[in-house]
Amino acid sequence: MNKREFLKGAVLFFPAGGVLSALAAGLGSPEAGAKEAETTKESGGAPAGAKPDAKPYDPASHYYGMGIEVDKCIGCSRCVEACKAENDVPREPYFFRTWIERYVIKKDGDVTVDSINVKGKGAKDRVQDDPDVLRTFFVPKLCNHCAHPPCVQVCPVGATFATTDGVVLIDGKRCIGCRYCIQACPYGARYLDPRTKTADKCSFCYHRVRRGLLPACVEVCPTQARIFGDLRSKASRLVRFARMNKIHVLKPALNTEPKVYYAQLDGEVR
Amino acid sequence: MRIPEQIKRLALVIAVIVAGVLLTRFFVIPRSLIARELHQSSTVERELAKPVKLAGSSVCGGCHEDEYVKKNKGFHKNLACEGCHGPAAQHAEDPGAMKPPAPRDRKFCPLCHAYDASRPTGFPQINPTVHNPLKPCIACHSPHDPVPPRTPEACSACHAQIERTKAVSSHALLNCTTCHGVSQQHKKAPRTSLPTKPAAREFCAKCHGQDSPQKEPPKVDVSSHGGTYLCWQCHYPHLPEGRG
Repeated sequence: MNKREFLKGAVLFFPAGGVLSALAAGLGSPEAGAKEAETTKESGGAPAGAKPDAKPYDPASHYYGMGIEVDKCIGCSRCVEACKAENDVPREPYFFRTWIERYVIKKDGDVTVDSINVKGKGAKDRVQDDPDVLRTFFVPKLCNHCAHPPCVQVCPVGATFATTDGVVLIDGKRCIGCRYCIQACPYGARYLDPRTKTADKCSFCYHRVRRGLLPACVEVCPTQARIFGDLRSKASRLVRFARMNKIHVLKPALNTEPKVYYAQLDGEVR
Repeated sequence: MRIPEQIKRLALVIAVIVAGVLLTRFFVIPRSLIARELHQSSTVERELAKPVKLAGSSVCGGCHEDEYVKKNKGFHKNLACEGCHGPAAQHAEDPGAMKPPAPRDRKFCPLCHAYDASRPTGFPQINPTVHNPLKPCIACHSPHDPVPPRTPEACSACHAQIERTKAVSSHALLNCTTCHGVSQQHKKAPRTSLPTKPAAREFCAKCHGQDSPQKEPPKVDVSSHGGTYLCWQCHYPHLPEGRG
């Protein structure tokens, strides 16, 4: 056998070996892996306040989402404060898991948008009556927990993923801080935590939700502009909200299928 | 056909390499390093282990029942306790560990109630610069059961200018009757029964004297300060200087 033949053989042999090993992995590990994951989930993940005889939490029977009634938001930023306190978000005014945007639409069609929580960016504290302003309102924003999340697609190490119950989470230990997801998110919902140098974003207060509490922002909203619920439960407030209102999502053309639903959303909102 | 010896040896070498690769892939590398489900479930566990910092209003209502019932009947029924008092799960677990602050100054209420054109029409809003400046909101409105205060106030219905002046002074929180004795007759026939004015320096010394129990008012030595003049002959009580 000469060198050429050897190389030819090797070119065939190694991919064949790879395919075989992948087949073996496909046969062997998924059930085992899923089972293991399931048991760890159940042992560690039972809601803290739940009774011992309560049914174990089944992620497949829940699918969480949030509703936002734009007409009710008064821009008081209580949600932002509560979120920062609950989730230990850096206090500097440019790291947010949720934030509020002020839209000012002028008569000549000029639209200005600024986050009222970011200080010193030319954002005025308050808008007074101005005859040129056609309409102006607040829009709360947060991670949309997309059903087809672009951030999950781009993550090179699989650190961000969507759980079965519809929450997009980040594995802080796996994240390498490459910022691809921050670039990929069409809603600007992610930031790089300066302390850990990993990406972070809204988790729908997953630790609260699994304990049967509402997310912090929903808990403190003084005008009930935010509504949280389970889309799989017919009795949830979110399903009722979606039934009673005409619902929009942000950037529907991107086909991300967000699970943050807006009612009375203005056409100018991006 | 006879297989050449070198091919056999090569096959052996390759078999060893393949066995090594498979062994490393499935037995040497721990599953925790490569299994996606394990990473995801451990992330979920870490997420669930995070402490809850906002206890929720119903937890507050367990002990502070009066305020909770009162709040839930009034206009603030949709407000969470922790929206104003801050995260209090620590306080709920051990009431002595931490006392949730109560925002009493004028900066807090305008976060929601200051006029802002972007706010939805109909939401109660005021202009903080002209709405009883310097007077704390809670002097007139109970935060647990906010209602517009009774207007006009007994004195300001006629003495509006004095009331407005006093409202921006450091005496804003004093009632008119703290210094003036007013008879009921004064309301019916103002000129036949005039209110009294403090006639002695000792009256002001109750707050401004050096032995006064009150901490905040500025103190003077009443026996030497200003000779024999009465206080109001130099200091206008409705707008005393040095406020702020």
